[in-house]
Order: sequence, then C-alpha cells, then structure tokens
Amino acid sequence: MLGQSSESSFWLPVNASSYGGEVDWVFYFIYGVCVVMMVLIVVLAVLFIWRYRHRPGVEPSRLSHNTPLELTWTIIPTIVVGFIFYFGFVGFLNMNTPPRNLYEINVTAFKWGWAFQYPNGHVDQNLHIPRDRPVRLILSSQDVIHSLYIPAFRIKKDAVPGRYNKMWFKATKEGEYHLFCAEYCGTKHSEMYAKVIVHDPTQFAAWLEEAANWAAKLPPAEAGQKLYSVRGCAQCHTVDGSGGIGPSFKNIFGESQKLRDGSSVLVDEDYIRNSLMNPGSQIVAGFENVMPTYKGRLKDVEITALIEYIKSLSEHYEAPPAAVEESAPEENATQPAAQHSTGGENTKP
Amino acid sequence: MTIATTASPELEPAARSRNYLNQTRGLRSWLITLDHKRIGILYMVAILGAFFLGGVFAVLLRTELISPGPTLIKDPVRAWDFYNHMFTLHGAVMTFMFIIPAIPAILGNFVLPIMLGAKDVAFPRLNLLSFYLYAFGGVFFVWVLLSGVIESAFGIKLYGGGGLDTGWTFYTPYSTSTSSAVVPAVLGAFILGFSSILTGLNFIASMHMLRPKGMTWFRMPLFLWALYGTSAIQILATPVLAITLLLLVAERTLGVGIFDPALGGDPVLFQHFFWFYSHPAVYIMILPAMGIISEVVSVFSRKHIFGYSFIAMSSIAIALLGFLVWGHHMFTSGQSPVANAIFSLLTFTVSIPSAIKVFNWLATMHGGSIQLKTPMLYAIGFIMLFSIGGLTGLFLGSLATDIHVHDTYFVVAHFHYVMMGSTLFAFLAGMHYWWPKIFGKMYNEYLGRLAALVVFVGFNLTFMVQFIAGAHGMPRRYANYLDEFTIYHQISTIGSYVMAAGLVMVAINWLDSLVRGRPAPENPWGGNTLEWQTTSPPPTENFARTPTADDPYALHKWRYDASIEGYVKVAE
Repeated sequence: MLGQSSESSFWLPVNASSYGGEVDWVFYFIYGVCVVMMVLIVVLAVLFIWRYRHRPGVEPSRLSHNTPLELTWTIIPTIVVGFIFYFGFVGFLNMNTPPRNLYEINVTAFKWGWAFQYPNGHVDQNLHIPRDRPVRLILSSQDVIHSLYIPAFRIKKDAVPGRYNKMWFKATKEGEYHLFCAEYCGTKHSEMYAKVIVHDPTQFAAWLEEAANWAAKLPPAEAGQKLYSVRGCAQCHTVDGSGGIGPSFKNIFGESQKLRDGSSVLVDEDYIRNSLMNPGSQIVAGFENVMPTYKGRLKDVEITALIEYIKSLSEHYEAPPAAVEESAPEENATQPAAQHSTGGENTKP
Repeated sequence: MTIATTASPELEPAARSRNYLNQTRGLRSWLITLDHKRIGILYMVAILGAFFLGGVFAVLLRTELISPGPTLIKDPVRAWDFYNHMFTLHGAVMTFMFIIPAIPAILGNFVLPIMLGAKDVAFPRLNLLSFYLYAFGGVFFVWVLLSGVIESAFGIKLYGGGGLDTGWTFYTPYSTSTSSAVVPAVLGAFILGFSSILTGLNFIASMHMLRPKGMTWFRMPLFLWALYGTSAIQILATPVLAITLLLLVAERTLGVGIFDPALGGDPVLFQHFFWFYSHPAVYIMILPAMGIISEVVSVFSRKHIFGYSFIAMSSIAIALLGFLVWGHHMFTSGQSPVANAIFSLLTFTVSIPSAIKVFNWLATMHGGSIQLKTPMLYAIGFIMLFSIGGLTGLFLGSLATDIHVHDTYFVVAHFHYVMMGSTLFAFLAGMHYWWPKIFGKMYNEYLGRLAALVVFVGFNLTFMVQFIAGAHGMPRRYANYLDEFTIYHQISTIGSYVMAAGLVMVAINWLDSLVRGRPAPENPWGGNTLEWQTTSPPPTENFARTPTADDPYALHKWRYDASIEGYVKVAE
C-alpha cells in the first residue's frame, strides 16, 4: 500500500520530508487559533440568542458603542495574525534556502505527464529519489502551466513555460507517495499523476544504473512504445491515424510522404532518424516546424527502438518473425507496455 | 405613550392601492421602465435564472464526482472534457452572473434609492442600460458555455457555441492554446463587466447627490456604506479585468506575445492582471453581504447596531486593502520570495476589519431582544459560515501552509464558505428581509425557517469535508481522483443534494407567497431605515413626500402593533 495510509492524521497526510514537520506545526497552530475563535463565536452567539431571546415587555438595551472594547478586539486579532504571519514566513524561508550539494533532477511537465531526467540522462515517468539527501527539482513546462505537488512532502511549485522554477526537499521516509498536477491544464488534468519513490540511499545508485539501461533490455518495438509515451511524442503524434500537431505514426512506415517544399520522401529508418535529429529539415506538408531536436537527448538504442515501434504501427510493413518467446521479459508479456512506467507500476485508477 | 400610524398618512386609500407593480401594465411597460424597483425585479428574474443554471451544474458536477472514474459519461476522455466544461460553466456563471451582481443589482437597485428617500437612482436611463448589458452579455456568455457542455456530453454542435474549458480564471497559456471558444466567452464577460461598472457609478452618484435632509455620511444605513465600498471597487477594478480580457483576445487572435514566452511574454503576468481585478472582486461579493447582515442583525435584535463607525470604516478599509493582496493567489507560481512575504503580510491585514465586523454583530445581539425570523436565521448562518471561511483563510495567507493546500479542495471549501457562505446567505437574508417590501406579500415563516435550516446543514455537509480532503492533498478541478478520496466526495455530493432541496423549498415559498401570501404591512420587522416608512409595495415615486432621515438604528421609535402584524412609529 501507499505510504500515506499508515501514519496520516485526520487532517494531514503522512509527513515524509524534512520541513513537513515545520509546516504541520504551523498548520496545527493556526488550527488551534481557529478552534478557539470559532468556539468563542459559536458560544457567544448561542448564549446571546438564548439569553436575549425576545420576551414581551423586556426592553432591549440602547447601548451602541464601547470604544475600549472595540479597540481590544481590533488589537488582539492583529497581534495573533502577526504571529501567524511570522511562523508561516519562517517555514517558507526554509523552503527557499536550500543547502549546498543538492542532487538535481530536471523535470519537464507536459500534457499530461511528467518526465524526470537524472544526471546520467535517464528519463523516468515517476520521481525516484534517495532518502535523507537534499534534492532539487528544476521545473519546466513544454506547453501550459502545470504544478508539481507532493502532499506527503508539503511542497508545491508551478511548472511555467519559458521559466525554470526550482524547489528542493529532503525525503525522510522510504516509501511511495502521490505526485499530482495541481494547476488546471486541460482534458486529462486529473490523470496527470505520478509516484514518488523514496529509495534507501545505498540502493538508489543501483536503481538508477539499472533503470538507465532499461531500453536495451526490451524488444526494440516495446522499448519504442514506452519511449513514445515517456518522452512526450504522444503529445503531437497519434498512433491511431487521427489528427495531431504532427503526423500520426499509424501506417506511415514504408510510405511516401509529401514534404512542404513539394518533394517527396520515403519514410524509412534514415528519414525517422533525421526527423529526430534535424526536425526542421524535412517537414511533412500541412504541418508546422515545431518539433524540438532530440540530438544528444536520445541514445542510439533508443532511436532504433522508436524506429521499430513506428514500423510496428504500419499494416503494410511485414514484421520479422517474432523472437523466441522465452526471451521476452515475462512482466511485459501480460500487459501492453504503454501502461507501464519505466520505474514501476502506476496504480492510478 | 400614544401610537399613531405615521408612515405615509397623506396617501388616500385609493392611492395606497396603486404601487409600482400595478401602476402600468404590459410587458412593454416593464422592458422600457426607468423605475429602479422594476429594474431590480428584471435583474431578479435574470440573476435567479443564472443562479439556477449554476446550481444545476453544481449538482451535476458533484454527481460526476460521487465515484472515481467516469460516472455520468462512460468514455473517459469525453467524461473529462464534460467535467472541465461543467466546472468552467459553474464557476464562471456563478461568479460573473450571480455572486458579483446579485446583491447590488437586485437588492441594491431596489432598496438604495428608497433608503435615500429618493425617487430613483441618479441616472435611471444608465440603470436600464446596465441591465440590458447584463442581459445581453449574459445570454451570449451562457450560450457559449452551455453549448460546450452539450457538445462534450452529447456530441451535438450548436451554432456559435464551442464552449469554454479554461475555468473562470482563463489562465494563459492554456486559454491561448485551447481549442474551446475563449474569444466569444471573454467578450461575454467583458460586456458583463460594463454592466457592473455602470451600476457602481450610478450608486456612487446617487449616494453623493440624493441623500435626504438629516442623512449625514455617518447617518447612512450600513447597507449603503457597504454598497459605497463595493461601487468604488467596481469602478476601479473592473476596467482592469476588461483590459486583461482584451489582451487575452489580442494574444489569442493576433499572437502579440504579451503572455507567450516563445514571443518574449510572461504567462504569470496574466495572473497578476487577472487577480488584480479578481481579488478585489471577492470584496465586491462580500461587502454588500456584510451590509445586509448589519441591517438584519440590528433589526431582529431590536437593538442599535453596535459600533456603527467601526463597521462603516471597516467596509472602506476592506475595499482599500482588498486591492493590495492579489499576489497571494500566486505563492507557488515562482514569483520572488520577497513578493510572497509582502503579499502574505498584507493579506493578514484584511482579516482585521473582517474580524471587527463579526464581533460588532455579536455585540449588537448582546442585550437585544432577539427574534429568530427567517432573515435572522440566514444572518446567523452567515456569521457562522463567514467565520469559518475567514478563519480558514489564515491557512492560505500563511506562506508555509498555503504551499501545501494551494489549488486543493481546501481552497475550494474556503472560497465557497467565504463567497457562497457569505454572499448566498446574506442574499437570502436580504431577499426574505425585503420581500414584503418588494412584493407587498408575506412568505410562510415556518417554511422559510425550515428551508434556512436545510440549506445551512446541506452547505456544511457539502463543504466541511472538502477541507479535510484538501488538506490530505486532493487537488481541485479533478474529473477523477484516487480511491482514498472517495468518502469525502460522497459526503460532499450528498450535502449538495440536501442544499439543493433547501433552495427548492426557498423557491416554493417565494412563489407561494406571490400567489397566496397575506398582504404585508408597511413595516413588518420594525426597521427605522426609510424604506420601511412607505407602503409595501412602494408607489412608483417611492414616497408621497420626501422623508427626513434620522439615526437609521433608532429602533426604539417603533412599536409592534398586533392588529396590523407590523410595527408603527411611536409619536415623540
């Protein structure tokens, strides 16, 4: 089960980050103030309604003001909210003063998913981090404003296109936690869900090494399918023949495409590779030059995998006879690979 | 002590039976009327229509969320689109077409000139124009929004539609890139904004020019002080919305690059512009509500309002400070930590005048002679809900806790307590309070009280659990959610049904009173503001002779007379 269910309170989910405790403290301080004030208001209201209920012959008081009393209930709340501001401000300062030597992960938000890129180049759909090590996320967005929200860490920051927003935290408990998009971003806003997996620090490096090489261990077409969803291809290119920002991948391999400059090109391995490296050089007629280059962002094995995946989407292309069955990793035999994250199962309904 | 019916003794019995409702007849006489009371009723019909529409979609939204996954529509992607169009419609219609105009346009229009002892507002023709701007902009706006919902639900395209799925906030760059009909929707909101500006202008001019003999600024009823503060914000803030929306249209159609980072713009700039209007707009919603509560609490406690000048000044303080806190909507946007700290500090200063008002209302009840009639029940409900809304605002003003609960259901609950708890309850308090004056008919008191109770219970059932869901991390504007949040959504949805049932009871009571209600006396509650010193309903010219105002809360000047079931003035 997810970490939240074990130690959460009535009001707050489990706390798994270093300044979660500080936020919770302020939360419960304000909560205390609210309860005291609310009890005061309710008790006074009920008391007055009862004590001063309408009774024939009883004259209401004509008192209409009392300056000392009014000054009192102006000054006391001022002092109380002054304290609340101060505590909230101190907690916020800590969120904005990161320690040195942070482990940096680049985060790209897109409709509708997250790409977490590690220092060794590995890109993951879920956020894997080591316990007890301060981590900085550098947030950017490919399209609209998204917001990265991890309730268990009490942290949230918008991913704004054209800007790098930074956030840091230190996870204190191993386990799996929710990661949501909190800024409304269109149709599948509520599906833009990922997991945070906090690893034992000694095992984190091993996980990263293992994860970075995942593409080499899968049949190329399957690896390509994962890359298609993980690296944001799905944002522009459909695989069912319907329209999109870029051409659909369905039935494209082995076909001739008309280009914007009037010439034609055969969609083969070379064309796909060139489209990834120099997207502006051969644009299909009817589409804009908007695709970013993937030069240096994809390994050769990944490019090959994507080519194989696009091949597999073409009815006209004869796939080579399937490999010997036992060689396919068994976890991929049961479900289509697109439903996998690269780092573990998503449990989103 | 002698008792005399002094309100309008000079009117002949025949003249008494003639009032603004029956002075002239026919649809045409209503549609071209310049009478502020009839314009108030036109607004009432239109705004209650908008409230009904927004309410239906509130219930549909909650029904969609009664279980995780697609509920009303089975295909997930269409269900998400359906939800996104619905919550946009609910939010936009409720904000622009109900909460902002409801109290000023309906009750303000009806009551303000009479409270001033005047025949009409300062500019009656402008008043009619602002109604038609509302009606025209509203029809346009609703058409665009509703067609989007219909299209996503049934796949039927309507002429000129296209829908809106941006939320009522129109955040860029989503609003500049979505395929829904942002430009027509924005133009609808733009027109609605003009209606708001014109009403504010009219009210301010009226209060400056038409106050009667004896009504100094500090003898103005507090409802008028509240409307004064509201109008000032409407005039100063609404043009900012208009400019922002025009910039959005320019961005979308011409690609001018104000908000698009690829062209050197800044998407967060839109949020600054938007909230520079929309945060003050929250006070456009709350201030008139507070004005009504001040009147109702005093009258039904039979006691002079406590701390008149503190309440009046706190209205003005709220209006001024409300302009300085827009940045607290952007604590997570990446704006500078210094800006965040300043906005946080300023935000807390707004809470002080609000707290002052709550204590003043309670102190007004102290030593009073309290009658729990329907308007008073709504007023007490208001004080409770507004207190919860205001206190939970402390979590949002405080930086450390806001980061956690920002854009979650905690915020949804908070602003429903503040905006709906305050505005709707005060609106209902005011509607019941002035209903006898407006229509000359009494509603059923028992049904009125029962409905108030049901609405109050339904409201709390709906929104209280959302605080918990939000604090646990349930983000807002989610068409789908994780299983662990199911229980909160289910309780909330059931609460929304209870509240809807309560509001249906209110509607039945009102309609029933129009048909079968007993005639209302001039002053059923014993208020001392001038509207209670003319007939119910008032004649077209409001008063036979311009009245003289005195202390609006000198309630001891009125005595209950059982024979007319109303109050009569005590001869001095």
